[in-house]
Amino acid sequence: MTLTQIVFWTFSALAVLGAAMCITRRSPVASALWLVQTLFALAALFVVLDAQFVAVLQVLVYAGAIMVLFLFVIMLLNLGRPGPSDLKGPVGLAVATLLGGLLFFQLLRGATPSAAGTPAGDTMAQLQQEQGIVGAVARPLFSQYLIPFEITSVLLLAAIVGAVVLAKRKL
Amino acid sequence: MPGALQLLWLVPALPLAGFVANGLLALRRPPAPPAPPARRAVSIIGVGVLLAALALSVAIVLAFQRAGAAGPLVFPYWEWLPVGDLHVTVALELDQLSAVMLLVVTGVSSLIHLFSVGYMGEDPGYARYFAYLNLFVFFMLVLVLGASFPVMFVGWEGVGLCSYLLIGFWFNERINADAGKKAFLVNRIGDVGFLVAMLLIFAHMGSLDFQPVFAQAPKLLAPGGAAITAITLFLFLGCTGKSAQIPLYTWLPDAMQGPTPVSALIHAATMVTAGVYLVARCNVLYALAPVASAVVAGIGALTAFFAATIALKQWDIKRVLAYSTVSQLGYMFLGVGSGAYAAGIFHLVTHAFFKALLFLGSGSVIHALHRAYHATHSHEDAQDMRNMGGLARHLPWTSKLMWVATLALAGIPPFAGFFSKDAILSAAFSLGDVHPLWYVYWLLGLLAALLTAFYMTRLMLYTFHGPNRTGERESAHLHEGPWVMTGPLVVLGALSVAGGALNVPALFRGHAWLEHWLEPVTAVATRLRPAIEVPLGTEWTLVIAAVAVAALGIFAALRLLRPEELVPARLAPAERGFARLLWKKWYVDEIYDFLLVRPLVWLSREVLWKTIDLGLIDGAGVNGAARLSQVLGWVGSRLQTGQLGFYVVLFVGGVLAVLWTAVR
Amino acid sequence: MLLGPSLGVSAVLFALGVAGVLLRRNAIVIFMCVELMLNAANLAFVALAQSLGVAGQIFVFFVMAVAAAEAAVGLAIILAIYRHKQTVDLQNINLLKG
Repeated sequence: MTLTQIVFWTFSALAVLGAAMCITRRSPVASALWLVQTLFALAALFVVLDAQFVAVLQVLVYAGAIMVLFLFVIMLLNLGRPGPSDLKGPVGLAVATLLGGLLFFQLLRGATPSAAGTPAGDTMAQLQQEQGIVGAVARPLFSQYLIPFEITSVLLLAAIVGAVVLAKRKL
Repeated sequence: MPGALQLLWLVPALPLAGFVANGLLALRRPPAPPAPPARRAVSIIGVGVLLAALALSVAIVLAFQRAGAAGPLVFPYWEWLPVGDLHVTVALELDQLSAVMLLVVTGVSSLIHLFSVGYMGEDPGYARYFAYLNLFVFFMLVLVLGASFPVMFVGWEGVGLCSYLLIGFWFNERINADAGKKAFLVNRIGDVGFLVAMLLIFAHMGSLDFQPVFAQAPKLLAPGGAAITAITLFLFLGCTGKSAQIPLYTWLPDAMQGPTPVSALIHAATMVTAGVYLVARCNVLYALAPVASAVVAGIGALTAFFAATIALKQWDIKRVLAYSTVSQLGYMFLGVGSGAYAAGIFHLVTHAFFKALLFLGSGSVIHALHRAYHATHSHEDAQDMRNMGGLARHLPWTSKLMWVATLALAGIPPFAGFFSKDAILSAAFSLGDVHPLWYVYWLLGLLAALLTAFYMTRLMLYTFHGPNRTGERESAHLHEGPWVMTGPLVVLGALSVAGGALNVPALFRGHAWLEHWLEPVTAVATRLRPAIEVPLGTEWTLVIAAVAVAALGIFAALRLLRPEELVPARLAPAERGFARLLWKKWYVDEIYDFLLVRPLVWLSREVLWKTIDLGLIDGAGVNGAARLSQVLGWVGSRLQTGQLGFYVVLFVGGVLAVLWTAVR
Repeated sequence: MLLGPSLGVSAVLFALGVAGVLLRRNAIVIFMCVELMLNAANLAFVALAQSLGVAGQIFVFFVMAVAAAEAAVGLAIILAIYRHKQTVDLQNINLLKG
C-alpha cells in the first residue's frame, strides 16, 4: 500500500465517520461540526486526487463560509440548547436505513470504473505540469466556460438579493 | 344522335327546378292564407314543369324510336363515387323499358298534378304540396332512368322520402304523422335488402352499372346458384317493401292518410310499381334464378289473393282501393315472376291508368262530400262508404268514369285490365308444365280476380247507387268538382278503355306491340327461360275462365249486396264473425305489433336504454369515469400530507425506481 | 488509480446524506445533509476529472457557487419560517397539505 493510498483511505474513513456522526447527533451544533470534519477530509481527498485548487476552495468556501453561516443561523435561532430530539423514531430509522442502503447499492452498481469509460491515465497531472495547478483550471474556466461562469455571478447576485429580502423583518 | 335525346337530363331536371321554385314559395312568410296570385304562380310552376317534362319525354321517346338503337343509350354525366375498384358514375339510361316508364310517370303525374290544382285548391300548404309532388316526380324519374344500381337507389330512397312527406302532409294530426312514420320504417326493412343485394352484386361482378352487370351475369354466375338466388331474393325484399307485398304491405293502406291525389300518384300509379320495374329491369338476374322467380311469383299470387280478401270488408273507400292496389301489385309480381316481364310491365301501365282514375274518382267523391259537410259544419267521415250512396245523381261524370275503371280492373273485355291480367294469368298457367306449383299460383290469381270484381262492384254500388245516406241538408251541396278535376278523369278514362291496345295478343289478331317493343330488354331472359308453347284451345279456355270469373264476381255482388239496407257509419253495428276478421284485416297489424313491434320496443326500452345506455354507458362509462377520477383525486389528495419527510420518502423511492431501470 | 475507491466513498457519503434527510426533522440539519450530498457529488466529479480532463473540476466550481447561493437563500427562508412559526421542526410545518 503506497503512501497515497494510506492517505486516501485515512481521510475517506474520516469523511464517512464525520458524515455518519453528522446525521446521528442530536444537537445541530454537533452535527454542523461533524460536517465540517467531513468537508475538511474531502478537501484532503481532493488533494490526493490532483485537485489542489478545488481543495483550497473547499476549505475556504465550505468550511470557511457556508458552515459558518450555518452555525450563525443555529445560534441566531437559539437551537443550540438541548431540546427534544429531532431524530425520527424506529420506523423513520428503518426507512432511512433501507432506502439509504438501497440507494448505496444502486450507486455502487452504476459507479464501477468501467461504467465511467476507460480512464485515460493522469490527465490532470499532465495538465498541471504544463500549465500550473491554477492555470490548468483557470484557462478553461475563463475561455470555454466563460458564459456559465458569468451566469453564476448573476445567480449569486440574485441569491444575495433574495436572502436580504427574506431575512429582513421590514423592508 | 338526334338532338332531343341529348336533353334527357332535362326531364328529371324540370321537376327538380319546380321543386326548388315551389319550395322557395312555400318557405315564404306568412304561409297562410296564400294570396291568389301566389297560388296561381305555384300552379303554373307545378303543373307547367310536368307538362314540359311530358312533352320532352314524348319527343325523346319518338327520337329514340327513330334512332332505332338496338341497345340502351347511356348518358354519363359525372363521376360520383370513385372508391378503389368501385366507380359509380351518375348516368342516365334510356332503353325500351325506361322509355315506357318515362311516359307513364310523366303522363300520369301531369294529370294528377292538374287534378291537384282543384283538389288542394283551398289548402294552406298549397305551395309545399306542389314542391313535394315535384320532388317526387324528380326522384321517380331518377329511379326509372338511372343507369346503375346506386343511381336507381337514390331515386328509390328519394321517392320513399317524398312518400313519407306526403303521407304526413297534414302532420297536425297524429294519425297522419304515424302513418308516414310507419311507411318510412317499413320501407327501411326492404331497403336493407336492396343494399345487401347491391353489395352482393358488387362482390360477385365488380360493377354496379346495369349494362356490365347484365352482360356478365350469365357468364359469372351459375344459373340457379346460391349467389344469384341470394342477390335476387334480397332485391325482392326491397321490392316487397316499396311495392307493398307480403310481408311488408301493411304500410300502404295506412298511407291513405295522405291527400288523395298523392295516393293516386305515389301509392297506386308510380312509386309502388318501382319494385315491379326493378324486377323487370333485372330480368336477366331473375331468369338465372328460377327459385327466386318462383318466390316472386308466389308472393305475388298470395298477396293478390290475400289483399283482395281484406278489400271485401273495408268501409273506407280509399282503403278498399289501397288493398286493391296491393292485390294488383301482387299480380304484377306474379307476371314478372313467371318470366312474363312484358306482361308485368303491361299490367303496370294499365293499372297506372285505371287505378289512378279510381283514386282520383274517389278523390272527387271525397272532395264533394267534404265540401258538403263543410257547408253544413258536420263532422262525419267523408271517406266512409256508409255515408255515401246514390252519388251517381250528383256526380255523373265521376260515376261513369269510375265504372269504366272498375270494369278495367275487374278484367272485363275490351277494357285495358282484361288484356294485361289475362297475359299474366296465362303466363303463370303455362309454367304449370314445369312445376305444378304454378297451377296453384294461377288458381290464386283467378280467385283474386273473382274477389276483385266483387269488391269493386261493392264499392261502386255503395258509393254511387242505392239511397243517399249523406244526410238531407248535405246532399243539397253535393256537386261535381271544377274542370281541372274532371278533365284528368276523362283522359284517364279514355286510357283505361284504350290502354289494352298497347299489347293486344296474337290471340285477338293483335300485334303485341308492347311485348315487341320490350324485346331488346328481355331478350336475354327470354333465351334463358324454357320455351313453352300453349295450345290455342287452352289459351281460349283461360281467357274465357278469366272473363267468366270476373263476370261472376260482378254478378254476385249485384245480387248479394243490398245498398238500401246500409246505415250511416255512426249508426252502423259492429262487424261480427268472419266479416269482422276481414274488417280487421286478418289482424295482421296486431300480429306484427305483438310479434315484432312490442318485443323490439321492450328490447329498446329495457335492454338497450335502461341497461346498456343508462346502466353501462351512462353509469359505468360516463359516471364511472367521473367517479374513478374522483377516487384517484381523493387518493392523490390523501398523499398530500404536508409532511416533507413523507415527500422525501416518495421522492427517494422514485429515484430508486429510475436508477433501477436506468443503471444496468 | 483511485477512481473506483473514490466513487465508492462518494456513494457512501451520498447515501448517508439521503439517510440523513430521511432521518431528521430539523430543517437546518436536513439542509446540512443536502450539503453533504453535494459534496459527495463533488468527490465523484473530482475523481473522474483526474483521468478524464479538467471539466469535472470546473463543474465542482459551479456546484460550490450554487451551494453558496442555496445556503444563503435557504437559510434566509428558514429564518423567515422560524420568525413565522417559532420552530424549524418540519413536523410542525405542513403548509403543503392537500
